[in-house]
Amino acid sequence: MERGGAAPDRVYFDYAGFAPVDPRVLAVMRPFLEAGIGNPSAPHSLGSEARESLEAARAKVARLVGGSTSGVVFTSGATEANNLAIRGVVLRAPAGARHVISSAVEHISVLNACRDLEKAGAAVTLLPVDGEGRVSPDEVRRAIRPDTALVSIGAACAEIGTTQPVTDIARITRAAGIPLHVDAVGALGRMPLAGAAMGFDLMTLSSNDLYGPPGAGALWVKPGVKIAPQILGGGQEGGYRSGTENLPALVGLGVAAELMRAEVAHGEPARLAGLRDRLVERLLAAVPDCRLTGSRSARLPHHVSLVLRGAKADSILLDLDLCGVAASSGSACAQRTGTPSHVLRAIGCAPQEMEGSLCFTLGRWSTTAEVDAVIERLPPIVSRLRSLALPASR
Amino acid sequence: MATAPKVLIPDKEIDCIGLFCPIPIVKTREAIHGMSVGELLAMLSDDPASDADMRSWCRGTGHDLVEVTREGGVYRFLVRKTR
Repeated sequence: MERGGAAPDRVYFDYAGFAPVDPRVLAVMRPFLEAGIGNPSAPHSLGSEARESLEAARAKVARLVGGSTSGVVFTSGATEANNLAIRGVVLRAPAGARHVISSAVEHISVLNACRDLEKAGAAVTLLPVDGEGRVSPDEVRRAIRPDTALVSIGAACAEIGTTQPVTDIARITRAAGIPLHVDAVGALGRMPLAGAAMGFDLMTLSSNDLYGPPGAGALWVKPGVKIAPQILGGGQEGGYRSGTENLPALVGLGVAAELMRAEVAHGEPARLAGLRDRLVERLLAAVPDCRLTGSRSARLPHHVSLVLRGAKADSILLDLDLCGVAASSGSACAQRTGTPSHVLRAIGCAPQEMEGSLCFTLGRWSTTAEVDAVIERLPPIVSRLRSLALPASR
Repeated sequence: MATAPKVLIPDKEIDCIGLFCPIPIVKTREAIHGMSVGELLAMLSDDPASDADMRSWCRGTGHDLVEVTREGGVYRFLVRKTR
C-alpha cells in the first residue's frame, strides 16, 4: 500500500462516492464467482457450503456492527437498508401510531422513505440542525409524541462530515421506548459505533463504504424490534428480505467488515484524521474566501467539505479533474437538479456559497503526497476561475 | 360583471406522480430544455417536498412559476420558460 512519495499523477478523493474494492476482498470473492457455488437455500452439499459462507459473512458483519448475528439482514445496499428500516418499522406500527422523527440533513434514501410514508398518512417531523449540521438531542426529546414509531438519525452527514450525538440520542429513545435507527454509512469503522452497547435498534451499513463490492449492504435489527418486510418472495433473510442472496458480494462484505475492524485497531482513523487536518489547514490558508462546512471537531476523519465564494463547484471540479484530481460537490442530487443541496440549505449557507461547494473524501490508499498535490493544484484553479467571473455574478 | 378566471393551457405536461426528489426537478429541467421561451410547462407531482423544491428551482433558474395548485395530495405546477 502506497503511503507517500512523489507528486501523484492521479489523486482520488471521492471515496464517499465510490470506494475502490480492496484486493484482499476481491481475492476472497473470486472463487465464488469463478467456481461452481450453490444457492444458500438449496438442499445439496454445494448449497450447504454456500449457506456456511453466508452465515460466516453474517457473523463478521455482526462483529463490526457490535450486535447479534441473527439481527443482520443482508440487502442490496444502504438505500435498501434505510428503506427497510424506516418503512419496515413504521408500516409495522398500528395505523394510529405512525409518526417518524428524522433530521433535515439525512441521506435522500431516508428523506424519501419518510416522504413516501407521509403520502400514505404517516406523520413526519424533520428536525432542524445547527450551523454545523448537528441535531440537538433535546430537540429529539421534544419531538417525541405518544404516536412516535421511530427515530432515524444518521451517525454522520455524508455531505459535510458532521457526526451526530447518537449516543445521547439513544439514551433518549431508549428511555422513551422508541426504536432508534442509525444510518452508519461513512461512520462505521471511522468513529466508535457499537449497535447493541450504544442502544441502537437498527443500523444501516454499506459494503462499498467498507471497501467491499458495490451492490451489497445490511440492516442490523436488534432482536425483538418488529419490522415489516419490503421485498416479498421466498422468505430469504429470515423472511425480511426475499430474493436469492448475492453470495459473492456478501462474502466480500464479510471480509471487508473484518478488514475494517482490524484497520480500526491499527489506528487508521487517526491516520486519516491527520491527512484531513493537513488538507483543511493548508487549503484554508491558501484559498481566500473559503471556509469549512460542518463541524471542525465532531467530524468524520476522512472528510473535508468546503464552500468558496465567487467560483462554481462544477467548474472547479472540471479543472481539478483535468489536473488529475477526482473530488465531488458533496451532493449528487443537487448537481443533477442545479439547485442548492438540502444539507447546505439546512445549515444556513449563503446562496453565493452554495454554488461553490466542494467535498474531498479520503480513504485506505490516500497518501500525504496526494493531499499535498491537492493543496498545490486547487488554489490556482480557484483564483483563475474567480478572475474570469463577472463582478455581477460574484 | 366579473370576468371568468383565465385558464392557462400548457404547451407540455409531464407526470411525475409517484416519483421523489430529485427526479421531478430533473424531468422538469429536461422538459424545459426542449421548449421555447414563453411556453408553459405543467408538472404533476405528489412528492411532499416538490412544492419547496420547485419554488427554489424556479428562483434559481429564473423561470416563472405561474401557478401552483393542489388537489388530493397532487401538486400541479405551471412554469413559463423565460430564457
